[in-house]
Amino acid sequence: MRNEQAFLEYVQGGGQVETTDWMPDDYRAKLVKFIEMHGNSELMGVLPEREWILRAPTLQRKLALTAKVQDEVGHAQLIYRVVEDLGKPRDQCLADLVDGKAKFHNVFHYPTKTWGDVGVIAWLVDAAAIISQKALLKCSYAPYARIMKKICWEESFHILHGRDVILAMVTGTPEQFELVQEALNRWWGPLMQFHGNPIPKEDDPMYIWRIKSQGNEEARQQFLEGYVPQIWELGLTVPDPNLQRNVDGVWEYSEPDWDELKHVVTGHGPRTEDRLAFRRHFLDQERWVRDAVLAA
Amino acid sequence: MNELLLGLADDELVIGWRDSEWTGIAPVLEEDVAFSSIAQNEIGHARAVYQLLADDADVLAFDRSPEAYRCAPLVELRLLDWAHTIARRWLYEVADEIRITALMEDVPLAAKINREEAYHRMHAEMWHDRLRDEQRFREAVQELWPYALGVVESDQRAELSARVGLDEVAPVERGAHTDELAELWEEMTMVRRSAPAGAQW
Amino acid sequence: MIWEVFRQERKGQPFEHAGSVVAPDAEFAEAWAREQYGRRGESIGLWLVPRDAIHDVEDWADEFDLKYRRVDGYSIKARLKEARERAAARAR
Repeated sequence: MRNEQAFLEYVQGGGQVETTDWMPDDYRAKLVKFIEMHGNSELMGVLPEREWILRAPTLQRKLALTAKVQDEVGHAQLIYRVVEDLGKPRDQCLADLVDGKAKFHNVFHYPTKTWGDVGVIAWLVDAAAIISQKALLKCSYAPYARIMKKICWEESFHILHGRDVILAMVTGTPEQFELVQEALNRWWGPLMQFHGNPIPKEDDPMYIWRIKSQGNEEARQQFLEGYVPQIWELGLTVPDPNLQRNVDGVWEYSEPDWDELKHVVTGHGPRTEDRLAFRRHFLDQERWVRDAVLAA
Repeated sequence: MNELLLGLADDELVIGWRDSEWTGIAPVLEEDVAFSSIAQNEIGHARAVYQLLADDADVLAFDRSPEAYRCAPLVELRLLDWAHTIARRWLYEVADEIRITALMEDVPLAAKINREEAYHRMHAEMWHDRLRDEQRFREAVQELWPYALGVVESDQRAELSARVGLDEVAPVERGAHTDELAELWEEMTMVRRSAPAGAQW
Repeated sequence: MIWEVFRQERKGQPFEHAGSVVAPDAEFAEAWAREQYGRRGESIGLWLVPRDAIHDVEDWADEFDLKYRRVDGYSIKARLKEARERAAARAR
């Protein structure tokens, strides 16, 4: 079957594609870009969190946070392997990333300022991510769908850990409660932008090819439905006076700043440059190790 | 004995802390994952030994002043390049094996730690075999050798020397801390110190 | 070198393909696969196989109808109904 129309009907009918199957050039190109961005995001997501491994206030939190970040590095490994089998080598992906030629998710361009951020990221950013990741379990490209199983399984403890960190603080001192609220106030905007602008899924090529199985707005609604009640029940507020659930069960909210999203993912976030520079430094410094070790 | 155990725990805590600095930035992604497990194991060992010595492991881990830690200078060094990090890993594992097996007779926990350390040793040997001809690595081993001697007791140094294949030199002894420990301690305890003692996290 | 990783979750379970690691030799492949596919105790055994050692089989000829040797080649409903009716008639 080497016909784009037939392929489209095949994937839209739930058909699965393997690495050696024929696929339209457009499908392959979009797939690589999408999956590569995911890999880049896992790798860049490590950087805001790793500083807090060093500052974790108990041994248990240090271990849990290290394990969480370790999982993310592991996910990057799984994802880049999929991309490599599609034809783009890992070191090319990493080179494009540090050269600013490839994208990663908005949330990883922002600073972390306190231990409150650690809780908010593990609980809510990971929650937003897992909603997308669960939808990817149905990706038409089978090797990616398969690694998503392992990824989703590992992510399950991240959210629990995040919520536990938050709960300890909101039941601790007033200052600790404030740390959480303040972090939430800063992260709300990026969280609302995370799932992308509400392009109808029929117009989204990623959905058309069944690479994504859910529209952006659907994902965001799932996030709000799952997590706003959990936020409110702790006595925390969300910095959006228009946020409410209407009678149909649809969440209404202030329009996210789509310009900010675009600005950030094209490499202009508050911490984009110095994080890429940090990555580039270690990539360059340790090139000799890869040369010494990976030559079989 | 408590002095030896505290030295062991503090060594494991600090080297675990140092090794966890590589999470996310190791030279190869597969190694990043493996190395992070080693760091977590070290912290886990520290926690287990602290629990032999006190009710609350966190109090021992975080709530002493830098001078009160009994770690060897080797583990305190900030070594954010792979040659030095792996050189230290290898030297530390060889020294630690000597130290731990000596403790095993009196301390059952040491036997448990030793069984997990077997994987660390495999990992260190694997890297040592690969890098032994690399100049960067050999130089790093030479540089860190005096510090490695400080990890073990004086009557264990001949053994260490034999296993590493280097002649004994003047060791950098346990007891005095490097400047680096204070900076590490500052970062390690900053969040904990931001709330009153006994605060929950 | 790419090493395919097969893992066994529990005794008695088959080894299933889990993913792959890039490593120079079996020693590194083992060290790395142990952590990537077993750090949470999710595997009790691993098979590490260089990708090149895998002999891939993908095509099957199915030109002639060979349903006789598959379950879907049999439709017994109608005949079974008739056989039961005849047996019931004989019994009367």
